[in-house]
Formats: sequence, structure tokens, C-alpha cells
Amino acid sequence: MSTATARVPSLPEAAQAAPALPGLAAETRRQRRLAYWQAMPLGLVFLAFFLVPLALTLIVSFWEYNEYEIIPAFTLQNYADVFEGCLSGADLCTTFRTYLSTLKFCLLGWAATLTVGFTVAYFVAFHVRSTAMQTVLFLICTIPFWTSNVIRMIAWIPLLGRNGLVNDTLMGLGVTKAPIEGLLYSDFSVVLAFIHLDTVFMIVPIFNSMMRIDRSLIEAATDAGATPWQTLWNVIVPLCKPGIAIGSIFVLTLIMGDFVTVGVMGGQQIASVGKVIQVQMSYLQFPAAAANAVVLLGAVMVLIGALTRLIDLRREL
Amino acid sequence: MDIELVSLTKRYGDTVAVDGINLKIRSGSYCCLLGPSGCGKTTTLRMIAGHETVSSGDVVIGPKAVGDLPPSERGTAMMFQSYALFPHLTCRDNVAFGLKMRGVPKAERIKRAEAMLALVQMDKLAGRLPAQLSGGQQQRVALARALVTGPKVLLLDEPLSALDPFLRVRMRTELKRLQGELGITFVHVTHSQEEAMALSDLVVVMNGGRIEQAADPRTVFERPATAFVARFIGGHNVIALPDRRIAVRADRMRLGPEAGPEAASARVVAVEYQGSTVHVSLEAPELSAEAGAPLTAILSDHAYADHPLALGDTVRVGWPSAEAHRLDA
Repeated sequence: MSTATARVPSLPEAAQAAPALPGLAAETRRQRRLAYWQAMPLGLVFLAFFLVPLALTLIVSFWEYNEYEIIPAFTLQNYADVFEGCLSGADLCTTFRTYLSTLKFCLLGWAATLTVGFTVAYFVAFHVRSTAMQTVLFLICTIPFWTSNVIRMIAWIPLLGRNGLVNDTLMGLGVTKAPIEGLLYSDFSVVLAFIHLDTVFMIVPIFNSMMRIDRSLIEAATDAGATPWQTLWNVIVPLCKPGIAIGSIFVLTLIMGDFVTVGVMGGQQIASVGKVIQVQMSYLQFPAAAANAVVLLGAVMVLIGALTRLIDLRREL
Repeated sequence: MDIELVSLTKRYGDTVAVDGINLKIRSGSYCCLLGPSGCGKTTTLRMIAGHETVSSGDVVIGPKAVGDLPPSERGTAMMFQSYALFPHLTCRDNVAFGLKMRGVPKAERIKRAEAMLALVQMDKLAGRLPAQLSGGQQQRVALARALVTGPKVLLLDEPLSALDPFLRVRMRTELKRLQGELGITFVHVTHSQEEAMALSDLVVVMNGGRIEQAADPRTVFERPATAFVARFIGGHNVIALPDRRIAVRADRMRLGPEAGPEAASARVVAVEYQGSTVHVSLEAPELSAEAGAPLTAILSDHAYADHPLALGDTVRVGWPSAEAHRLDA
């Protein structure tokens, strides 16, 4: 990451390096103080609702607990419990298997939302001419958010169930003889729900990136003899990288921390990291849940770190 | 290659941007499309390039009509007003882009791109991104990118308008030099008559989607076809005589005793000292073709020093009859 900052041309600092007059220095200091004051409201919100809870989680993850109380004493037992049996090497431990399953959904959900999101954003940004129509189509994209996400998930059940609409139609048309079992409460339905819930988080940043592409670049590519596909791969996709990265961060963090979707759409049969934490919380095993949450946070940060290594967001923005 | 426009028309709904123009541009010439904004010059250029569909009429480049062909099959290349360099690619990759799209192997396209960058004196900065270049440098890269695929016609959309005046004159010289070296046809859109005069073999003055006059710069300046051309090209007075309208070059106007037979009296409304010349603005209601537009007389500094004028003075203004050029409209 430090290499990334070094590559950014640092013009403002170069300008400040010149020996400043005393009056100017005072003015600069005043400006800087003002900047801190302006950043303070957001800083306080972050402190109260982000840093403090995070610190508390971290602290609690090192506390002891038993069936009926939490004891504020330092222990590493919670973390040892998380990774119990993982170092023996014979079989995959529960934690690793759970993470693997969650990562699988991450990958599938990410690939699917990226494909759908990019396509939709591309269509709205480049093939819809009028701004009014773009706005209308964009609003249509947000319609799924008009209801709660539990309702949105439950809505799939009459569609995908054994006697649901899809199976009925397929059998009515004579495509299949018996109902397809894997439609609901399966990996398929979980990924489907993720696409339904999270694609918008991909569309918005990618669309934003696309709208910032100078249209004359597309013409310049055409002029240079690029086919529409070549223009897409050589001009549009590289220039959408920041949007793709931001959308990917949204989707990956949402899926990594999810417990409701995997629960409802997987028929409570599929494990996920979020689900483990939720179960531990429901048994009031807060320190264990906190330790799991800290491990999950670490995993997500590694994932995002890898992603930003791939695309230098700070340079692109 | 020769370019021919055959009653080329562009309509947007009810508005006509380009109104059935006919034009022949000889191979290897430098042609400037000149006119005020909204006169249809850029639309014409974009139709030649293939970035704008043709409503009716056709564009003929060399032996074939290209009205329906995509840009890359016309043998043209375009240089865009904002340069349109790909911000994520280095200069080298920007220039090599067209070759890459045509499937030229990597080693060869890098070599050709660097040769082209050398031609525009940008080989030292080949590894930089466009954002790290000045306006003039970006323009050179854009020029190299347009030329790398060996087009027969280069189309330039107001290429100099984003540069500062000093750089503009330098790049102008360079464009002319390149055109001479490469021997290909350049079509250059501009709203600056000075640029058109300095560069072109053929000046096409456009107004309201039509061609007012298409001729070499000297003809356009000495014998403007219409009052519009005379005014737009500058340095002319459009004078209304009882029976006809004429254009007289401002530097051919005569004041005082030399004013000649068709002299009229005029009031001095402004005197501008310009160094080697002095511009005198005169109000002559009898001669004015347009109410409120004063006549201009450009005097040499010597002539002015002999007969200095003050604001509000009344002088006789006239011109040698050989200098009066009759206008069609």
C-alpha cells in the first residue's frame, strides 16, 4: 500500500516545501485547524458507532465465559476454540469448512453480480440515450429495495418450491417429468438470492464509473478500428476498474457477513460464518461470538487487501 | 486521396445542420472548414469521418463512396478536439492502440508507435500517462495516434483551440510541416480565420449549413464572394452603395484629400494605435450596410502621423475604385 502512495504525484506538498513567510505559515496553520473542525462531526460519528463497538468486540473476544456469565478476565481460549482441531491436519476443521463454504458463495455471488451488474450498467450508461430514461431505469433497479430483504427472499419460495411456479411450468410444458429438487434450499437458491439482493451494489458504482468515461474515447477507439468488443475490453473495462472494485468490496463484505440469506434460502441446512456467530449470540456466548467476529473481520480485510492490490483504488479515484 | 462531398445533408429532426453541400478536395491538399459555431463545419467533418450518419447525399473518398462504411474502413483518421487520449494507457500504448486493434504483433506495433512518436518529437515521454503531459504534448500524442495506421486523410476537429496563443502558432507550423512531409490530405475544422489563412490550400467558409465560398486563401481574402465572407474573414468593410454592395479592404481605405470620387463624410468614433498601423473606426451613415457597424480604415503609422485625427473629427472617406469588390449577396 505504501508503494501506492509513493506513486501518486504529490504536488500540494511540493508547493508547501517552499520557504513560507511567517504570515503565510500562520494562515496555513489556521486552514489546517479549520479542516480538522470540518472533519470532526463525521469523525465523532465514526468514533461512536464504528471504533468504540469494534474496540469493545475486540476486548470481549478475550474474556472468559461459562453457561451463565461473562467474566472480564484475559484468555485466548475463545480463539483456541475457533480454530479447534484445525492444526491436526487430518480433516478440515469446522471453522475452515464453514469459511470455505462462505468463500464459495462469495465467489459465486461476486461473479454473478459482477456479470449482471456490469451488463445492466453498460446498457443504461451507453445504450440509453436520454437522461430521463436513464433515471427511470435506474429507479426500476432500486425497486427490490422497496420491501425488506426477508420478504424478498420469502417471495422466491412459491416460485422455486417443489410445487412452485417454475416446477409446475416445466412439468406442464413436459420439459421435466418429476419436480426438480435443487431449486429451493440449495446452493443455487442461495446464490440466486444474493444476486437479487446485491446486484444493485454492483450496478451503482460501475454505472458511476461509466458515466465518467468521456464519450469521445469510444469514438476514438472506433476511429482506430476497434470493434465494439475490443472497445469494451480495451477501453471501457479498464476505465471501470474503480467502480468494479468498489462494487466488489460491497458485495464481498455483504456476502461474507451474511447469515439471513444463507439461513432462509438454504433451509437452515447450509453453514456460514455469519450464521455461526448468530447462533453463538443466541446462546449468549458473547466472547466466543466476538472472537469469531474478529476472525471474520480479519478474513474480510485480507480479501479486500488482495482486491486493492489488484486495482490501485487510491490512484484510480 | 481526393474527397468529394455530393449534396451532403444532415438533418436532426426538423433542423438542418448541413444543407446539401458539394465540395471537392484535391488529394494532398490542406483544407480548412471555416465558420462560426453552429455553421455545420464539425458535423461535416464527422460525416466524412463516419462518426455521424449521413441523412442524404454521399461522401466519396478516392474511388469509392463511403457513406455507409465504418470509420476504420474509410482510410481516414480523426484527431479529436479534446484529444480523446485513453487515460489508462501510456503515450506508447495510446499510439499503438490502432495497430493492436488490427492485430499487429506486439514488437512491431511498439516499434511503429515509437517511430511515430519520434516524428512528433514525443519519443522521450513515451512511457508517460496522458495526465502527466501538457496540452501541447497531449496534442502531439493524439496526432501520432491518428497517423500511426497510415491514413490517406487526416481529419482534425479544432485541433488548436485548446492551446495557448504562443503554442497555437507553433503547432500550426508543425501541422503544415507534417502535412507537407506525409503528403496526405488534411481536413481541418476551425473558427479562426487566421488559422485557416495560414494553413490551407483550400478555405471553405461555411454559414448556416451551407458553403459561402470555397477557394484558396488569397482568393477568399481578395475577392470574398458574399458579405458574410467579407465580414467573417475580417479586414474588410462591407459598404452599401445605392445600386450595389461592395467590399473594400480596410487597409485600402483612403481618408482626407486622397479620398477619391465616391467619398462620403464620416465621423471618427475610435482610434486604436497598433504599432506599425493605426486602426480608425468611422461612422458613415451613407455607406453603412448595417446600422451601427462602423467602417474601419487601417492607416500606416506614417500616413497617420501626417494627418492625425481626434475623436469626433469629421473626415472624407473613400477608396480607389479598383479596390472596390462587388459582392454577390
